[in-house]
Amino acid sequence: MTKTSRWLSKNLIRIYAVLGFTYLFIPVIYTIVFSFNNSGKSNLVWRGFTFNNWRNPCGAADVCNALGNSLKIGFISTTLATILGSLIAFAVGRYAFRGHGFINSMIFLPMATPEIVMGSSLLTMFIGFGVNPGFWTIVIAHVMFCISFVVVAVKARIASLDPRLEQAAMDLYADERETFRKITFPLVAPGIAGAALLAFSLSFDDFIITNFNSGNVNTFPKFVYISAQRGLPAQANVIGSAMFLIALIVVLTAQFVGNRRKTTA
Amino acid sequence: MTDASKSAKGDLKLSSLVKTYGEFVAVDDLSLLIPEGSFFALLGHSGCGKTTTLRMIAGLDEPTSGSIHIGNTDITYQKPYDRPVNTVFQNYALFPHLTIFENIAFGLRRRGIKDVKEQVDKVLNLVELPHLAQRKPTQLSGGQQQRIALARAIVNRPALLLLDEPLGALDLKLRRQMQIELKWIQTEVGLTFVHVTHDQEEAMTMADTIAVMNEGKIEQMGSPADLYDSPRTAFVANFLGQSNLIKGRVVDSDGDANVVEIHGQKVKVLKNRSVAKDSSILFGIRPEKIRIQPGAHQLSGCVLEGGVISDVSYIGVSTQYQVEMPWGQELMVFEQNDDGIPPLAKGDPVKLSWETIFSFGLDGSEDASAGSEVNPDED
Repeated sequence: MTKTSRWLSKNLIRIYAVLGFTYLFIPVIYTIVFSFNNSGKSNLVWRGFTFNNWRNPCGAADVCNALGNSLKIGFISTTLATILGSLIAFAVGRYAFRGHGFINSMIFLPMATPEIVMGSSLLTMFIGFGVNPGFWTIVIAHVMFCISFVVVAVKARIASLDPRLEQAAMDLYADERETFRKITFPLVAPGIAGAALLAFSLSFDDFIITNFNSGNVNTFPKFVYISAQRGLPAQANVIGSAMFLIALIVVLTAQFVGNRRKTTA
Repeated sequence: MTDASKSAKGDLKLSSLVKTYGEFVAVDDLSLLIPEGSFFALLGHSGCGKTTTLRMIAGLDEPTSGSIHIGNTDITYQKPYDRPVNTVFQNYALFPHLTIFENIAFGLRRRGIKDVKEQVDKVLNLVELPHLAQRKPTQLSGGQQQRIALARAIVNRPALLLLDEPLGALDLKLRRQMQIELKWIQTEVGLTFVHVTHDQEEAMTMADTIAVMNEGKIEQMGSPADLYDSPRTAFVANFLGQSNLIKGRVVDSDGDANVVEIHGQKVKVLKNRSVAKDSSILFGIRPEKIRIQPGAHQLSGCVLEGGVISDVSYIGVSTQYQVEMPWGQELMVFEQNDDGIPPLAKGDPVKLSWETIFSFGLDGSEDASAGSEVNPDED
């Protein structure tokens, strides 16, 4: 009895961790496994193993068009949101000016607003202005909600930057422009890159706001949602799994490069 | 960038420098001349205005009024990157994303120098760390980072090198070693060093001239020996080492000395070692200058009688006594343990004596405890 309880107290944290990760990863594993399903119309029941879905990812009607739109929208809104958000972050993170506190708290507002409310009111606004919902209304909406996240992420990085490093650069004959180029930007860059990755995944993932403001344009989440009602093609699993693997590779590469920088040089 | 300022050389002159933050006066009408090639220390508690002064010289803060000159060039409002001044920051502020080599080459490259290798290697040899050129700052120990910060500044051969508590983050042993090294490097490169510190021992070890700062003003300036032997304010007397300061009255004159009455006993202070404005005087004597004797001895020089030992601390090279005087004040006495006689005991009645040349006189209106306690602002 005491032996068992001692074993338990020693290994409880491990058991807990295994259960936790199982909980987190079962859906992902399920997605990957079912991307190899020899499905007919619907990918709900296992019907045997096949590579056909991976060989022919665009096999289902409109799936690659939707994916293409999602990628395009993701890249454009990430670029815009990252540039604009970083500029805001530098402004509120570095300078004191009138309305500083107000702007600082306003930044959080889009993050706190329910998506369903934001999506519907954006649509009302677009219609009010006589703009037809489509590709660019999606981009505008995505840039809007991504900016907040970029600002928060980049601002945190700027806050952790020792102002004495910039003073040291100025002391060593670098003017304002050189100080930014050689010291400030390289040191904040990892924060900006992280913010961009976050913005892209938010944009790529978004369904609720996009669904309100997309008109006839199809995106990947919209495609999955709509086709789920009549039977999801296995290609959706293929694309989902591929995105997961790409994200995994990006994260692992970033970590590997980071570690190398720390240990060698 | 004006070439004239880059090539500016000569003495550093601060004239009526003032810096205020709202109501708070950080630096109060400071005037100072620091000769070219000297090792100068600004010494004081934190919050005394020494770092603000340094930042104004570096161009990181703008003075409220007054001016700063190097030689004949006015640099008061010049940008930091236009001044022939480099700083060794308190936390070193090495650029974490650049190698040690690139950190040191930074200033040279910004000034458009293409071939930096020779100069960087030379200065790396000077600080004895040539093997670390390709490392990153985080891979270095505190002492190594300190030397690289120094190398990064002196490679530019500035007219003026500012050091902001450069040894504050090092442990005692390393600090001692670096004190000697810094002094040696300063002699070697012949640059003007302005060193800010709150550590009186550090200032005395390294500097040719020390300015003791208190509440935005300079209390006294001089060589370390000058300040220690002839303090002119209670703050300096207590901040540099320890002092016994006793209230008294000048009652008579005897040749080149004044006779001072202390609670009925008479002692002397040389007239040229007293800054008392009238008969009210704060009579001063350093603890190690005092001889301590049991009751019966005949004594020469100045003598104070009627003391009783209230505390004895044996600390190896010396014994430190607290002696309670008849008027209730406790005086400190440090005795070298060089005579083979066992220390006196608590409760022993003693006489204190010293050579007249060692005593000094301060203005009688001063607070005898000024500068002796750790400033509440001290971190």
